[in-house]
Amino acid sequence: MEPLKRVHSKTVVIPSSNIDTDQIIPARFLTTTTKDGLGQQLFADWRYLADGNPNPEFVLNQADAQGCQILVAGRNFGCGSSREHAPWALLDYGIRAVISTEIADIFKSNALKNGLLPITVDAATAQWLLDHPGAEVDIDLTAARVTLPTGLTTTFPIEAFARHCLMQGTDELGYLCSQLDLIKRYEAARAW
Amino acid sequence: MSARTLFDKVWAAHQVVPETADAPAVLYIDLHLIHEVTSPQAFSVLKSLGLPVRRPDRTLATMDHSTPTRSEQVFGNVAITVDAAARQVRQLERNAAEFGVELFGLRDSRRGIVHVISPELGCTQPGMTIVCGDSHTSTHGAFGALAFGIGSTEVGHVFATQCLLQRKPKTFAVNVEGQLRPGVTAKDLILSIIGRIGVSGGTGYVFEYRGSTIRSLSMDQRMTICNMSIEAGARAGMIAPDETTFEYLMNKPRAPKGADWDAAVARWRTLVSDPGAAFDASVDIDASTLEPMITFGTNPGMVVPITAAIPQAVGDAVYDKALGYMGFRGGDPMLGKRVDVVFIGSCTNGRLEDLQAAAQILKGRKVAPGVKLLVVPGSQQIKRDAETLGLAQIFKDAGADWRESGCSMCLGMNGDTVAAGQYSISTSNRNFEGRQGVGARTLLVSPMTAAASAVQGKVADPRELL
Repeated sequence: MEPLKRVHSKTVVIPSSNIDTDQIIPARFLTTTTKDGLGQQLFADWRYLADGNPNPEFVLNQADAQGCQILVAGRNFGCGSSREHAPWALLDYGIRAVISTEIADIFKSNALKNGLLPITVDAATAQWLLDHPGAEVDIDLTAARVTLPTGLTTTFPIEAFARHCLMQGTDELGYLCSQLDLIKRYEAARAW
Repeated sequence: MSARTLFDKVWAAHQVVPETADAPAVLYIDLHLIHEVTSPQAFSVLKSLGLPVRRPDRTLATMDHSTPTRSEQVFGNVAITVDAAARQVRQLERNAAEFGVELFGLRDSRRGIVHVISPELGCTQPGMTIVCGDSHTSTHGAFGALAFGIGSTEVGHVFATQCLLQRKPKTFAVNVEGQLRPGVTAKDLILSIIGRIGVSGGTGYVFEYRGSTIRSLSMDQRMTICNMSIEAGARAGMIAPDETTFEYLMNKPRAPKGADWDAAVARWRTLVSDPGAAFDASVDIDASTLEPMITFGTNPGMVVPITAAIPQAVGDAVYDKALGYMGFRGGDPMLGKRVDVVFIGSCTNGRLEDLQAAAQILKGRKVAPGVKLLVVPGSQQIKRDAETLGLAQIFKDAGADWRESGCSMCLGMNGDTVAAGQYSISTSNRNFEGRQGVGARTLLVSPMTAAASAVQGKVADPRELL
């Protein structure tokens, strides 16, 4: 993974709350055995009409949304299934950060392992972002800080080790493998 | 030592390295369940790094999500409907063979939905840590295990190290008292709990379901409760093991035997929250006043008693969008709503007691004209049991389609889908937009309510047919 320290981009806004992983990537696309190309199917049932053509009403199909790397969404983004295909699809499409007031646990964990920033902010900041689609927002991972174009800043919570891995561009498996001696000792000591 | 919760005890027993400010805990995993959808990418990581599955003896594979439910596709020579699904099945066969992982394959008599077969084989045991690349892994918490869903990257971590990096979640006591009335089931109870807490109310928590109502439930019912913990945002839900748990596990093929059994039960008896143990949050539920429940919207928290009307929400665009998708209006009664398809099955309600409850309603009755009823057992073992007990014949006599086991119409990956615009009364766990097929509209209910609605050809109160 490439080291990730900053995301600076215009936002695209999907205001719905409880956007579940079945919306992000419908189950019928999970028959793949790789991680590649899922961006095509991101939000498929909202993004495409029944005939397969883009739905002009959907925000990702509008000119302003092109190239946006930050998705602003209503509360409880990513609820539902554990499919990692959801962050894979967002990243493959070009999204690098999701901002909401609440992000579901498994989605958050999956996102962090792939270099997609799951960012929760206070209700006032979220409302400002929902009200200003296309706002140019800066996300500084080093300081765990979001800066709005108004100059207002807010910090966001992020698990320390996940942040370390993202900033170094390393993955957690290397660290886990470095604990193998302790893991073996634990297995040997267990009475059952 | 201060009073500890059930969760605290299981967590502490599996900490290889405790968490610090800088790093999460290294948590040992006793049982890793895998299936065909979320494992291929993890096996690819192992291959690229030249790593083995470290503990194949703690890993169990089956196929359920994309597998066919038509007998001729499972056991005959008829091609699987969805091509990509067939490739996924073959990929798991190859990976399991290459890495030495035990696989209950497509034609194995022990195959079924991963969360159904692990308990029925006795693999799921109290006090274990259990993970699977599937959010309904919370089901196994019914045995007092700490069980939660993970993504494919974490599947790879468990393959390589038998451990996960985890921050310790908070604890949430769900206290349930009072006797459920006839026609009101565990499914209705968990739907009402989700309605009360909300679909994100459990985020960051592990639930412990407690109280006299929970104690009175069978293991099949407890699994229904724990299964849907994730629908309230909690990654895991637990129930302390008791005599009901031990009775269920005794003599299961992979449960401990002889002196090992006695030692295990003695250890399992300690897996209760100590008196006075503190929880980070709690809610009290009165089960005695509950009615059969039904969802009306596009998440499981949008739920009402079946005799109620759809709530009005003035000026809420998200709520209006959900009702628009469903083709419903605020103020409409739920009873009498249109039904096109009825699905009885899934890891939530595909167990033997669920089929018995549905059969109780369907016995001697017919599915209404124009309604399609699909009954899909949770495992091949349950299929055989249901056939021996005569349940399958009741379903077939009623006009139902009786299938081989799998996830089937819960998420429609295998081609068992609901058509756009159709209404599906379903015993599954998610009523998300498009979950059961593009444009499909899902109403979540208990097996009894599903069966009653199939008979009446509209949303019906099962208490009228008891």
